[in-house]
Amino acid sequence: MTAKIDTMSPIRAREPEAQNNVTPAPPPGETPFANSTIKLQAEHLNFYYGDFQALHGISLKVKEKQITALIGPSGCGKSTFLRTINRISETIRHTRVEGHIRLDGADILKMDVTSLRRRVGMVFQRPNPFPKSIFENVAYGVRVNGLDKKTPLAETVEKSLKRAALWEEVKDKLHDSALALSGGQQQRLCIARALAVDPEVLLLDEPCSALDPIATAKIEDLLFALKSQCTIVIVTHNMQQAARTADDTGFFLLGKLIEFDRTEVMFRKPSEKQTEDYITGRFG
Amino acid sequence: MRHFAEELEELNQALLEMGGLVESSIHTSVQALVEHDDRMARRVVEDEMLINRMELNIDARVTRLLALNQPVAGDLRLLVMCLKINTDLERMGDLAVNVAERAISLNRLAAPLGPPLQEMPRMASMVEDMLHRTLDAFVRRDAEQASAILPADDDVDRIRDGVYTELITTMRRDPNLVEAAIHLMFVARSLERIADHATNIAEDVIYLVRGVDVRHHHLEEV
Repeated sequence: MTAKIDTMSPIRAREPEAQNNVTPAPPPGETPFANSTIKLQAEHLNFYYGDFQALHGISLKVKEKQITALIGPSGCGKSTFLRTINRISETIRHTRVEGHIRLDGADILKMDVTSLRRRVGMVFQRPNPFPKSIFENVAYGVRVNGLDKKTPLAETVEKSLKRAALWEEVKDKLHDSALALSGGQQQRLCIARALAVDPEVLLLDEPCSALDPIATAKIEDLLFALKSQCTIVIVTHNMQQAARTADDTGFFLLGKLIEFDRTEVMFRKPSEKQTEDYITGRFG
Repeated sequence: MRHFAEELEELNQALLEMGGLVESSIHTSVQALVEHDDRMARRVVEDEMLINRMELNIDARVTRLLALNQPVAGDLRLLVMCLKINTDLERMGDLAVNVAERAISLNRLAAPLGPPLQEMPRMASMVEDMLHRTLDAFVRRDAEQASAILPADDDVDRIRDGVYTELITTMRRDPNLVEAAIHLMFVARSLERIADHATNIAEDVIYLVRGVDVRHHHLEEV
Protein backbone atom coordinates (compact mmCIF):
# COMPACT_ATOMS: atom_id res chain seq x y z
CA MET A 1 0.00 0.00 0.00
CA THR A 2 1.88 3.04 -1.15
CA ALA A 3 -0.87 5.63 -1.53
CA LYS A 4 0.81 8.90 -0.79
CA ILE A 5 -0.21 11.43 1.79
CA ASP A 6 -1.71 14.44 0.08
CA THR A 7 0.96 17.00 -0.39
CA MET A 8 1.28 20.12 -2.44
CA SER A 9 4.68 19.10 -3.73
CA PRO A 10 4.81 15.40 -4.32
CA ILE A 11 8.29 13.96 -4.30
CA ARG A 12 8.53 11.27 -6.86
CA ALA A 13 11.67 11.86 -8.78
CA ARG A 14 11.62 10.05 -12.07
CA GLU A 15 14.12 9.92 -14.80
CA PRO A 16 12.77 7.24 -17.08
CA GLU A 17 15.98 6.99 -19.09
CA ALA A 18 18.09 6.47 -16.00
CA GLN A 19 15.67 3.96 -14.50
CA ASN A 20 15.21 1.95 -17.61
CA ASN A 21 18.85 1.13 -17.98
CA VAL A 22 19.18 -2.44 -16.93
CA THR A 23 22.62 -3.02 -15.46
CA PRO A 24 24.44 -4.66 -18.35
CA ALA A 25 25.20 -8.28 -17.62
CA PRO A 26 28.87 -9.19 -17.70
CA PRO A 27 29.88 -11.51 -20.51
CA PRO A 28 29.42 -15.17 -19.57
CA GLY A 29 32.13 -16.29 -17.18
CA GLU A 30 33.04 -12.78 -16.06
CA THR A 31 32.45 -12.63 -12.37
CA PRO A 32 30.12 -9.83 -11.28
CA PHE A 33 32.12 -9.12 -8.12
CA ALA A 34 35.57 -7.94 -8.96
CA ASN A 35 36.58 -7.96 -5.29
CA SER A 36 36.32 -11.68 -4.68
CA THR A 37 39.43 -13.80 -4.94
CA ILE A 38 39.38 -16.04 -7.97
CA LYS A 39 40.28 -19.60 -7.07
CA LEU A 40 39.82 -21.23 -10.43
CA GLN A 41 39.79 -19.70 -13.84
CA ALA A 42 39.07 -21.35 -17.18
CA GLU A 43 40.30 -19.50 -20.25
CA HIS A 44 39.08 -20.35 -23.73
CA LEU A 45 38.82 -23.99 -22.84
CA ASN A 46 38.10 -26.45 -25.65
CA PHE A 47 37.71 -30.14 -25.04
CA TYR A 48 37.50 -32.92 -27.61
CA TYR A 49 36.46 -36.56 -27.43
CA GLY A 50 38.19 -37.70 -30.63
CA ASP A 51 36.66 -35.56 -33.38
CA PHE A 52 33.77 -34.43 -31.23
CA GLN A 53 34.21 -31.05 -29.60
CA ALA A 54 32.47 -31.20 -26.21
CA LEU A 55 33.50 -27.77 -24.90
CA HIS A 56 33.70 -24.59 -26.95
CA GLY A 57 35.84 -21.77 -25.61
CA ILE A 58 34.70 -21.89 -21.99
CA SER A 59 35.92 -18.93 -19.94
CA LEU A 60 34.73 -18.85 -16.37
CA LYS A 61 35.88 -17.63 -12.98
CA VAL A 62 35.16 -19.54 -9.80
CA LYS A 63 35.38 -17.50 -6.64
CA GLU A 64 37.19 -18.71 -3.58
CA LYS A 65 35.03 -20.12 -0.77
CA GLN A 66 31.86 -19.76 -2.76
CA ILE A 67 29.55 -22.34 -4.27
CA THR A 68 29.38 -22.27 -8.04
CA ALA A 69 26.69 -24.33 -9.74
CA LEU A 70 26.77 -25.51 -13.34
CA ILE A 71 23.43 -26.30 -14.90
CA GLY A 72 22.26 -27.35 -18.34
CA PRO A 73 20.63 -30.24 -20.17
CA SER A 74 22.29 -33.65 -20.50
CA GLY A 75 25.24 -33.60 -22.85
CA CYS A 76 25.74 -29.84 -22.54
CA GLY A 77 29.34 -30.25 -21.34
CA LYS A 78 28.96 -29.27 -17.70
CA SER A 79 30.27 -32.59 -16.39
CA THR A 80 33.06 -32.64 -18.96
CA PHE A 81 34.04 -29.19 -17.75
CA LEU A 82 34.01 -30.35 -14.11
CA ARG A 83 36.10 -33.40 -14.97
CA THR A 84 38.61 -31.27 -16.79
CA ILE A 85 39.21 -29.26 -13.63
CA ASN A 86 40.87 -32.19 -11.87
CA ARG A 87 41.98 -33.82 -15.11
CA ILE A 88 39.89 -36.94 -14.74
CA SER A 89 38.65 -36.44 -18.28
CA GLU A 90 42.11 -37.01 -19.69
CA THR A 91 42.01 -40.60 -18.45
CA ILE A 92 39.62 -41.27 -21.34
CA ARG A 93 41.48 -42.18 -24.54
CA HIS A 94 41.52 -39.89 -27.56
CA THR A 95 40.64 -36.79 -25.62
CA ARG A 96 42.31 -33.45 -26.08
CA VAL A 97 42.27 -30.17 -24.16
CA GLU A 98 43.03 -26.69 -25.45
CA GLY A 99 43.14 -23.49 -23.45
CA HIS A 100 43.91 -23.07 -19.77
CA ILE A 101 42.52 -23.77 -16.36
CA ARG A 102 44.30 -21.92 -13.60
CA LEU A 103 44.24 -22.84 -9.94
CA ASP A 104 45.47 -19.87 -7.92
CA GLY A 105 46.91 -18.61 -11.18
CA ALA A 106 48.92 -21.75 -12.01
CA ASP A 107 48.02 -23.82 -15.07
CA ILE A 108 46.63 -27.17 -13.90
CA LEU A 109 47.52 -28.82 -17.18
CA LYS A 110 51.16 -28.38 -16.26
CA MET A 111 50.79 -29.64 -12.71
CA ASP A 112 51.58 -33.06 -11.33
CA VAL A 113 48.24 -34.86 -11.50
CA THR A 114 48.44 -36.44 -8.06
CA SER A 115 49.14 -33.16 -6.30
CA LEU A 116 46.42 -31.47 -8.37
CA ARG A 117 43.87 -34.09 -7.30
CA ARG A 118 44.92 -33.70 -3.69
CA ARG A 119 44.10 -30.01 -3.97
CA VAL A 120 40.95 -30.57 -6.04
CA GLY A 121 38.73 -33.34 -4.71
CA MET A 122 35.81 -34.90 -6.49
CA VAL A 123 32.51 -36.51 -5.54
CA PHE A 124 30.49 -38.37 -8.13
CA GLN A 125 26.86 -38.86 -8.94
CA ARG A 126 26.57 -42.38 -7.55
CA PRO A 127 28.09 -42.89 -4.13
CA ASN A 128 31.16 -45.04 -4.79
CA PRO A 129 32.59 -46.18 -1.48
CA PHE A 130 35.35 -48.76 -1.67
CA PRO A 131 34.37 -52.24 -0.46
CA LYS A 132 36.22 -51.59 2.76
CA SER A 133 35.35 -50.34 6.22
CA ILE A 134 34.07 -46.84 6.85
CA PHE A 135 37.38 -46.00 8.51
CA GLU A 136 39.47 -47.32 5.62
CA ASN A 137 37.42 -45.43 3.06
CA VAL A 138 38.23 -42.13 4.69
CA ALA A 139 41.81 -43.10 5.51
CA TYR A 140 42.48 -44.20 1.94
CA GLY A 141 43.36 -40.86 0.42
CA VAL A 142 45.51 -39.94 3.38
CA ARG A 143 47.48 -43.18 3.06
CA VAL A 144 47.89 -42.76 -0.70
CA ASN A 145 49.08 -39.20 -0.33
CA GLY A 146 51.46 -40.05 2.48
CA LEU A 147 50.59 -39.68 6.12
CA ASP A 148 50.85 -36.38 7.85
CA LYS A 149 53.21 -37.49 10.63
CA LYS A 150 51.92 -34.96 13.13
CA THR A 151 48.26 -35.91 12.94
CA PRO A 152 47.24 -39.46 13.90
CA LEU A 153 45.22 -41.11 11.16
CA ALA A 154 42.27 -41.77 13.48
CA GLU A 155 42.09 -38.07 14.22
CA THR A 156 42.01 -37.16 10.53
CA VAL A 157 39.28 -39.74 9.91
CA GLU A 158 37.17 -38.42 12.78
CA LYS A 159 37.64 -34.82 11.69
CA SER A 160 36.69 -35.63 8.09
CA LEU A 161 33.59 -37.57 9.11
CA LYS A 162 32.56 -34.66 11.32
CA ARG A 163 33.08 -32.19 8.49
CA ALA A 164 30.91 -34.40 6.29
CA ALA A 165 28.23 -34.48 9.04
CA LEU A 166 28.43 -38.27 9.24
CA TRP A 167 30.38 -38.84 12.46
CA GLU A 168 27.42 -39.10 14.84
CA GLU A 169 25.83 -41.76 12.66
CA VAL A 170 28.90 -43.97 12.21
CA LYS A 171 31.21 -43.37 15.18
CA ASP A 172 30.24 -46.70 16.77
CA LYS A 173 30.70 -48.76 13.61
CA LEU A 174 33.80 -47.34 11.99
CA HIS A 175 35.07 -50.80 11.12
CA ASP A 176 31.84 -52.01 9.54
CA SER A 177 31.64 -52.20 5.78
CA ALA A 178 30.89 -48.89 4.08
CA LEU A 179 28.57 -50.74 1.74
CA ALA A 180 26.11 -51.27 4.61
CA LEU A 181 25.43 -47.55 4.83
CA SER A 182 22.38 -45.93 3.21
CA GLY A 183 22.79 -44.07 -0.08
CA GLY A 184 22.81 -40.68 1.61
CA GLN A 185 25.34 -41.86 4.19
CA GLN A 186 27.52 -43.36 1.46
CA GLN A 187 27.53 -40.07 -0.38
CA ARG A 188 28.55 -38.21 2.77
CA LEU A 189 31.22 -40.85 3.29
CA CYS A 190 32.54 -40.07 -0.20
CA ILE A 191 32.57 -36.39 0.72
CA ALA A 192 34.45 -37.27 3.95
CA ARG A 193 36.94 -39.27 1.87
CA ALA A 194 37.46 -36.29 -0.41
CA LEU A 195 37.81 -33.95 2.57
CA ALA A 196 40.36 -36.12 4.37
CA VAL A 197 43.23 -34.75 2.30
CA ASP A 198 42.01 -31.21 2.94
CA PRO A 199 41.32 -30.14 -0.64
CA GLU A 200 41.09 -26.48 -1.56
CA VAL A 201 38.42 -27.17 -4.15
CA LEU A 202 35.63 -29.72 -4.01
CA LEU A 203 33.98 -30.75 -7.27
CA LEU A 204 30.60 -32.45 -7.03
CA ASP A 205 29.01 -34.08 -10.06
CA GLU A 206 25.27 -34.50 -9.44
CA PRO A 207 25.94 -35.50 -5.84
CA CYS A 208 22.26 -35.75 -4.88
CA SER A 209 20.65 -37.27 -7.94
CA ALA A 210 20.51 -40.72 -6.34
CA LEU A 211 19.34 -39.42 -2.96
CA ASP A 212 15.97 -38.78 -1.35
CA PRO A 213 14.97 -35.24 -0.26
CA ILE A 214 16.12 -35.75 3.34
CA ALA A 215 19.57 -36.98 2.32
CA THR A 216 19.68 -34.18 -0.28
CA ALA A 217 18.94 -31.58 2.39
CA LYS A 218 21.78 -32.99 4.53
CA ILE A 219 24.23 -32.72 1.65
CA GLU A 220 23.10 -29.17 0.93
CA ASP A 221 23.50 -28.19 4.60
CA LEU A 222 26.91 -29.74 4.42
CA LEU A 223 27.85 -27.66 1.38
CA PHE A 224 26.93 -24.50 3.24
CA ALA A 225 29.06 -25.58 6.19
CA LEU A 226 32.03 -26.47 3.95
CA LYS A 227 31.88 -23.20 2.08
CA SER A 228 33.90 -21.41 4.73
CA GLN A 229 36.73 -23.89 4.22
CA CYS A 230 36.85 -24.67 0.54
CA THR A 231 35.69 -23.64 -2.89
CA ILE A 232 32.84 -25.74 -4.24
CA VAL A 233 31.78 -26.39 -7.81
CA ILE A 234 28.63 -28.44 -8.22
CA VAL A 235 27.07 -29.83 -11.37
CA THR A 236 23.36 -30.40 -10.94
CA HIS A 237 20.28 -31.20 -12.97
CA ASN A 238 18.19 -29.98 -10.10
CA MET A 239 17.72 -26.28 -10.72
CA GLN A 240 16.13 -25.74 -7.36
CA GLN A 241 19.30 -27.15 -5.83
CA ALA A 242 21.40 -24.66 -7.77
CA ALA A 243 19.05 -21.88 -6.71
CA ARG A 244 19.17 -22.94 -3.06
CA THR A 245 22.85 -23.55 -2.67
CA ALA A 246 24.95 -21.65 -5.19
CA ASP A 247 26.35 -18.13 -5.08
CA ASP A 248 27.06 -18.12 -8.82
CA THR A 249 25.48 -20.21 -11.51
CA GLY A 250 26.61 -21.00 -15.03
CA PHE A 251 24.30 -22.28 -17.75
CA PHE A 252 25.81 -24.61 -20.34
CA LEU A 253 24.22 -25.54 -23.64
CA LEU A 254 25.75 -27.61 -26.45
CA GLY A 255 29.23 -27.27 -25.02
CA LYS A 256 29.04 -23.51 -24.61
CA LEU A 257 28.71 -21.37 -21.52
CA ILE A 258 25.61 -19.35 -22.37
CA GLU A 259 25.39 -17.25 -19.22
CA PHE A 260 27.17 -16.92 -15.91
CA ASP A 261 25.99 -14.66 -13.13
CA ARG A 262 25.03 -14.46 -9.50
CA THR A 263 22.47 -17.20 -8.85
CA GLU A 264 19.93 -14.70 -7.65
CA VAL A 265 20.14 -12.85 -10.97
CA MET A 266 20.09 -16.06 -13.03
CA PHE A 267 16.82 -17.18 -11.47
CA ARG A 268 15.15 -13.77 -11.26
CA LYS A 269 16.10 -12.08 -14.51
CA PRO A 270 18.54 -13.99 -16.70
CA SER A 271 19.93 -11.99 -19.62
CA GLU A 272 19.83 -14.74 -22.20
CA LYS A 273 16.62 -16.11 -23.63
CA GLN A 274 18.14 -19.60 -23.79
CA THR A 275 18.74 -19.48 -20.04
CA GLU A 276 15.20 -18.29 -19.40
CA ASP A 277 13.77 -21.02 -21.63
CA TYR A 278 15.79 -23.69 -19.88
CA ILE A 279 15.14 -22.70 -16.28
CA THR A 280 11.43 -22.12 -16.88
CA GLY A 281 11.09 -25.48 -18.63
CA ARG A 282 10.26 -24.03 -22.06
CA PHE A 283 13.30 -25.58 -23.63
CA GLY A 284 13.02 -27.03 -27.11
CA MET B 1 4.95 -27.65 -18.41
CA ARG B 2 2.47 -26.82 -21.14
CA HIS B 3 -0.19 -27.08 -18.48
CA PHE B 4 1.61 -24.51 -16.35
CA ALA B 5 1.84 -22.11 -19.30
CA GLU B 6 -1.91 -22.49 -19.85
CA GLU B 7 -2.59 -21.78 -16.20
CA LEU B 8 -0.42 -18.66 -16.35
CA GLU B 9 -2.43 -17.49 -19.35
CA GLU B 10 -5.69 -18.11 -17.50
CA LEU B 11 -4.36 -16.10 -14.57
CA ASN B 12 -3.38 -13.33 -16.95
CA GLN B 13 -6.94 -13.30 -18.33
CA ALA B 14 -8.49 -13.30 -14.87
CA LEU B 15 -6.42 -10.29 -13.90
CA LEU B 16 -7.40 -8.43 -17.06
CA GLU B 17 -11.05 -9.22 -16.48
CA MET B 18 -10.75 -7.75 -13.00
CA GLY B 19 -8.90 -4.74 -14.43
CA GLY B 20 -11.73 -4.19 -16.91
CA LEU B 21 -14.34 -4.27 -14.18
CA VAL B 22 -12.34 -1.86 -12.02
CA GLU B 23 -11.96 0.49 -14.98
CA SER B 24 -15.69 0.45 -15.57
CA SER B 25 -16.43 0.97 -11.86
CA ILE B 26 -14.24 4.05 -11.77
CA HIS B 27 -15.92 5.41 -14.88
CA THR B 28 -19.41 4.69 -13.59
CA SER B 29 -18.69 6.22 -10.17
CA VAL B 30 -17.64 9.49 -11.81
CA GLN B 31 -20.67 9.39 -14.14
CA ALA B 32 -22.88 8.89 -11.10
CA LEU B 33 -21.32 11.98 -9.56
CA VAL B 34 -21.58 14.16 -12.66
CA GLU B 35 -25.08 13.05 -13.62
CA HIS B 36 -26.42 12.89 -10.04
CA ASP B 37 -27.45 9.31 -10.74
CA ASP B 38 -28.00 7.13 -7.66
CA ARG B 39 -28.68 4.04 -9.73
CA MET B 40 -25.24 4.14 -11.32
CA ALA B 41 -23.65 4.72 -7.93
CA ARG B 42 -25.39 1.69 -6.51
CA ARG B 43 -24.14 -0.45 -9.38
CA VAL B 44 -20.57 0.48 -8.44
CA VAL B 45 -21.24 -0.60 -4.86
CA GLU B 46 -22.67 -3.90 -6.06
CA ASP B 47 -19.81 -4.56 -8.46
CA GLU B 48 -17.33 -4.16 -5.67
CA MET B 49 -18.40 -7.53 -4.30
CA LEU B 50 -17.55 -9.07 -7.66
CA ILE B 51 -14.16 -7.36 -7.62
CA ASN B 52 -13.49 -8.70 -4.14
CA ARG B 53 -14.38 -12.19 -5.25
CA MET B 54 -12.01 -11.85 -8.20
CA GLU B 55 -9.27 -10.72 -5.85
CA LEU B 56 -9.66 -13.83 -3.69
CA ASN B 57 -9.73 -16.04 -6.76
CA ILE B 58 -6.55 -14.55 -8.20
CA ASP B 59 -4.71 -14.77 -4.89
CA ALA B 60 -5.68 -18.43 -4.59
CA ARG B 61 -4.55 -19.19 -8.15
CA VAL B 62 -1.19 -17.50 -7.64
CA THR B 63 -0.56 -19.24 -4.33
CA ARG B 64 -1.33 -22.61 -5.89
CA LEU B 65 0.87 -21.97 -8.92
CA LEU B 66 3.74 -20.88 -6.65
CA ALA B 67 3.35 -23.94 -4.46
CA LEU B 68 3.15 -26.45 -7.27
CA ASN B 69 5.54 -25.12 -9.90
CA GLN B 70 8.43 -23.36 -8.14
CA PRO B 71 8.53 -20.78 -10.92
CA VAL B 72 11.67 -18.80 -11.74
CA ALA B 73 12.71 -15.87 -13.94
CA GLY B 74 9.85 -14.43 -16.05
CA ASP B 75 7.28 -16.83 -14.59
CA LEU B 76 8.25 -15.88 -11.05
CA ARG B 77 8.11 -12.17 -11.82
CA LEU B 78 4.70 -12.58 -13.43
CA LEU B 79 3.25 -14.40 -10.42
CA VAL B 80 4.66 -11.99 -7.87
CA MET B 81 3.51 -8.99 -9.88
CA CYS B 82 0.04 -10.53 -10.32
CA LEU B 83 -0.27 -10.67 -6.55
CA LYS B 84 0.66 -7.01 -6.28
CA ILE B 85 -1.44 -5.80 -9.19
CA ASN B 86 -4.35 -7.75 -7.75
CA THR B 87 -4.10 -5.83 -4.48
CA ASP B 88 -3.84 -2.48 -6.26
CA LEU B 89 -6.87 -3.25 -8.43
CA GLU B 90 -8.93 -4.25 -5.43
CA ARG B 91 -8.03 -1.01 -3.65
CA MET B 92 -9.04 0.93 -6.75
CA GLY B 93 -12.40 -0.82 -6.62
CA ASP B 94 -12.80 0.32 -3.01
CA LEU B 95 -11.92 3.87 -4.00
CA ALA B 96 -14.49 3.81 -6.83
CA VAL B 97 -17.04 2.81 -4.18
CA ASN B 98 -15.94 5.77 -2.08
CA VAL B 99 -16.60 8.08 -5.03
CA ALA B 100 -19.98 6.44 -5.64
CA GLU B 101 -20.98 6.82 -1.99
CA ARG B 102 -20.03 10.50 -2.06
CA ALA B 103 -22.17 10.87 -5.19
CA ILE B 104 -25.14 9.39 -3.31
CA SER B 105 -24.50 11.70 -0.33
CA LEU B 106 -24.24 14.72 -2.63
CA ASN B 107 -27.58 13.86 -4.21
CA ARG B 108 -29.15 14.00 -0.74
CA LEU B 109 -27.98 17.58 -0.20
CA ALA B 110 -30.26 20.56 -0.73
CA ALA B 111 -27.47 23.05 -1.49
CA PRO B 112 -26.36 23.41 -5.12
CA LEU B 113 -22.80 22.64 -6.09
CA GLY B 114 -20.03 25.10 -6.92
CA PRO B 115 -17.72 25.25 -9.95
CA PRO B 116 -15.06 22.67 -8.92
CA LEU B 117 -17.04 19.90 -10.61
CA GLN B 118 -15.64 21.22 -13.86
CA GLU B 119 -12.15 20.11 -12.87
CA MET B 120 -13.30 16.84 -11.37
CA PRO B 121 -14.34 15.15 -14.63
CA ARG B 122 -11.01 16.16 -16.18
CA MET B 123 -9.16 14.61 -13.26
CA ALA B 124 -11.33 11.50 -13.51
CA SER B 125 -10.66 11.05 -17.20
CA MET B 126 -6.91 11.44 -16.61
CA VAL B 127 -7.07 8.77 -13.93
CA GLU B 128 -9.12 6.46 -16.12
CA ASP B 129 -6.70 6.99 -18.96
CA MET B 130 -3.78 6.13 -16.66
CA LEU B 131 -5.37 2.86 -15.61
CA HIS B 132 -6.33 2.01 -19.17
CA ARG B 133 -2.84 2.61 -20.50
CA THR B 134 -1.34 0.72 -17.56
CA LEU B 135 -3.44 -2.36 -18.21
CA ASP B 136 -2.60 -2.06 -21.89
CA ALA B 137 1.11 -1.97 -21.00
CA PHE B 138 0.56 -5.08 -18.88
CA VAL B 139 -1.12 -6.88 -21.78
CA ARG B 140 1.64 -5.93 -24.18
CA ARG B 141 4.41 -6.43 -21.62
CA ASP B 142 5.54 -2.97 -22.67
CA ALA B 143 7.88 -1.38 -20.12
CA GLU B 144 8.31 1.77 -22.20
CA GLN B 145 4.61 2.42 -22.25
CA ALA B 146 4.50 1.75 -18.50
CA SER B 147 7.33 4.26 -17.91
CA ALA B 148 5.47 6.87 -19.94
CA ILE B 149 2.54 6.62 -17.55
CA LEU B 150 4.52 7.47 -14.41
CA PRO B 151 4.69 11.27 -14.90
CA ALA B 152 0.88 11.45 -15.16
CA ASP B 153 0.69 10.79 -11.42
CA ASP B 154 2.24 14.19 -10.77
CA ASP B 155 -0.24 15.83 -13.16
CA VAL B 156 -3.12 14.25 -11.27
CA ASP B 157 -1.63 15.48 -7.98
CA ARG B 158 -1.49 18.99 -9.38
CA ILE B 159 -5.10 18.95 -10.49
CA ARG B 160 -6.11 17.61 -7.09
CA ASP B 161 -4.29 20.52 -5.44
CA GLY B 162 -6.16 22.89 -7.78
CA VAL B 163 -9.47 21.25 -6.87
CA TYR B 164 -8.68 21.62 -3.15
CA THR B 165 -7.91 25.32 -3.60
CA GLU B 166 -11.12 25.88 -5.49
CA LEU B 167 -13.16 24.02 -2.90
CA ILE B 168 -11.63 25.98 -0.05
CA THR B 169 -12.47 29.23 -1.86
CA THR B 170 -16.02 27.96 -2.37
CA MET B 171 -16.40 27.12 1.32
CA ARG B 172 -15.13 30.55 2.37
CA ARG B 173 -17.50 32.27 -0.04
CA ASP B 174 -20.58 30.29 0.78
CA PRO B 175 -20.80 28.34 4.06
CA ASN B 176 -23.92 26.60 2.73
CA LEU B 177 -21.63 24.72 0.33
CA VAL B 178 -19.28 23.40 3.02
CA GLU B 179 -20.88 19.96 3.21
CA ALA B 180 -20.90 19.47 -0.55
CA ALA B 181 -17.34 20.73 -0.83
CA ILE B 182 -16.14 18.28 1.80
CA HIS B 183 -17.71 15.40 -0.13
CA LEU B 184 -15.98 16.63 -3.27
CA MET B 185 -12.66 16.86 -1.46
CA PHE B 186 -12.95 13.21 -0.62
CA VAL B 187 -13.80 12.45 -4.23
CA ALA B 188 -10.66 14.28 -5.39
CA ARG B 189 -8.64 12.39 -2.83
CA SER B 190 -10.05 9.04 -3.97
CA LEU B 191 -9.30 9.82 -7.60
CA GLU B 192 -5.78 10.86 -6.73
CA ARG B 193 -5.25 7.64 -4.83
CA ILE B 194 -6.55 5.63 -7.78
CA ALA B 195 -3.81 7.32 -9.81
CA ASP B 196 -1.28 6.22 -7.16
CA HIS B 197 -2.41 2.63 -7.54
CA ALA B 198 -2.24 2.89 -11.33
CA THR B 199 1.31 4.17 -10.89
CA ASN B 200 2.11 1.16 -8.69
CA ILE B 201 0.85 -1.15 -11.42
CA ALA B 202 2.89 0.67 -14.06
CA GLU B 203 5.98 0.19 -11.88
CA ASP B 204 5.08 -3.48 -11.50
CA VAL B 205 4.86 -3.84 -15.28
CA ILE B 206 8.37 -2.40 -15.61
CA TYR B 207 9.63 -4.93 -13.09
CA LEU B 208 7.76 -7.73 -14.82
CA VAL B 209 9.36 -6.93 -18.16
CA ARG B 210 12.82 -5.76 -17.18
CA GLY B 211 13.39 -7.15 -13.71
CA VAL B 212 14.27 -3.64 -12.55
CA ASP B 213 12.63 -2.12 -9.50
CA VAL B 214 11.88 1.56 -10.15
CA ARG B 215 9.85 2.20 -7.02
CA HIS B 216 10.77 4.81 -4.43
CA HIS B 217 13.56 6.27 -6.48
CA HIS B 218 13.57 9.43 -4.42
CA LEU B 219 14.90 7.31 -1.51
CA GLU B 220 18.17 6.88 -3.36
CA GLU B 221 18.53 10.62 -3.67
CA VAL B 222 18.20 11.21 0.08
